[in-house]
Amino acid sequence: MSAITHHIPDAILAAYTSGSLPHHYAVAVASHVSLCLQCRASLEAHQNMGGALLDATDRVAVSGHMKADLLAQLDAPVTPEPVYTRQGIYPRPVVEALKGQDPRWKSVGMGVRQSILSETKEGSVRLLYIPPGQAVPDHGHNGMEMTLVLQGSFSDETGHFGVGDIEIANEDLDHTPTADPGEACICLAATDAPLRFNALMPRLLQPFFRI
Amino acid sequence: MLQKKTEISEQTVWMLAVRDNRDRDAFCALFDHFAPRLKGFIMRTGCSAAQAEEIVQDVMLTVWRKAAMFDPHRAQVSAWIYQIARNRHIDVVRKENRPVPDELAEDPGSEPDASQILAIEQEAGELKKALSSLKPEQREIIEKAYLGELTHQEISDQTGLPLGTIKSRIRLGLERLRHELKGMR
Ligand SMILES: [Zn+2]
Repeated sequence: MSAITHHIPDAILAAYTSGSLPHHYAVAVASHVSLCLQCRASLEAHQNMGGALLDATDRVAVSGHMKADLLAQLDAPVTPEPVYTRQGIYPRPVVEALKGQDPRWKSVGMGVRQSILSETKEGSVRLLYIPPGQAVPDHGHNGMEMTLVLQGSFSDETGHFGVGDIEIANEDLDHTPTADPGEACICLAATDAPLRFNALMPRLLQPFFRI
Repeated sequence: MLQKKTEISEQTVWMLAVRDNRDRDAFCALFDHFAPRLKGFIMRTGCSAAQAEEIVQDVMLTVWRKAAMFDPHRAQVSAWIYQIARNRHIDVVRKENRPVPDELAEDPGSEPDASQILAIEQEAGELKKALSSLKPEQREIIEKAYLGELTHQEISDQTGLPLGTIKSRIRLGLERLRHELKGMR
């Protein structure tokens, strides 16, 4: 398998580490880090930076009873939370968003399918299934779009993206990602909502179709 | 064996004692060191003292329960606790679960590599030095960034986060796990 060549910029990793990155993008970042040693090392460097700041913070005395309260809780039984782990091509954050279920694919036309993982006012994150050789329908996005390849590969005006590669496009990029021949391409795509598939239907209709 | 290496910081020694021996005295030492810092750190985001204490309590409980996840070859104790604190803060404030990557666990039988642990501590020391040499306004911006108060656009407008060479050090720590990593892609 080829090496990952498209990574996450430091500023985005720092925002992810600190928690300021919106949830839909954080799913994509955590998924890429699951696959990429280089970005994992960068993420952990940011964590060490956060740790250095924490260590240098002025102390504020805590209430006197706190330690005793805490020690009393150490042996309390813990209800285990569900722990999701990688399943096949899907890294943990995707499996978690799917709550361990299989993706629920819905056709958006031309053989392209999607499975929406989450959608809020702030943005959305979804899986896209693109048949070999097929172009992703022309789409616009407000703000940044992150596309992480989980299976197969695609190419667009900016380059070639294989498994583990993440494309981070700003809104000026008018691109036509096309799945390479061979295997169907499965991607994780995070955008500021809504993702607009221009060629498929008039924009006004789109809210009905949740695209 | 590690405990005899006095060069390794006492925080790391305490954390390993908690992880490997469920040592309560070591946990108390960690609490005494980190709880007041965590409270101060969390209050900088505008949390009340009471809310900050609740988060500190949750964070320290997680430190005890998830101690097995601590890997000194990649992170300082403070870095590990920093991330737990940020995650908890987001859970509380935004009521959403933060997505986290697949975990890479050490092989159960693998021996600790003291030279790597020391190297990470040295690199973290360099980070602290770099931080203390920043102008106050620069430092304030970096603090805001790591307290989650800047967007990624705002962070990218800031030049040169002083991450130094720690990335390559951590990468070496991760390479120790390559046995497991092979299965990841
Ligand atoms: Zn990467």
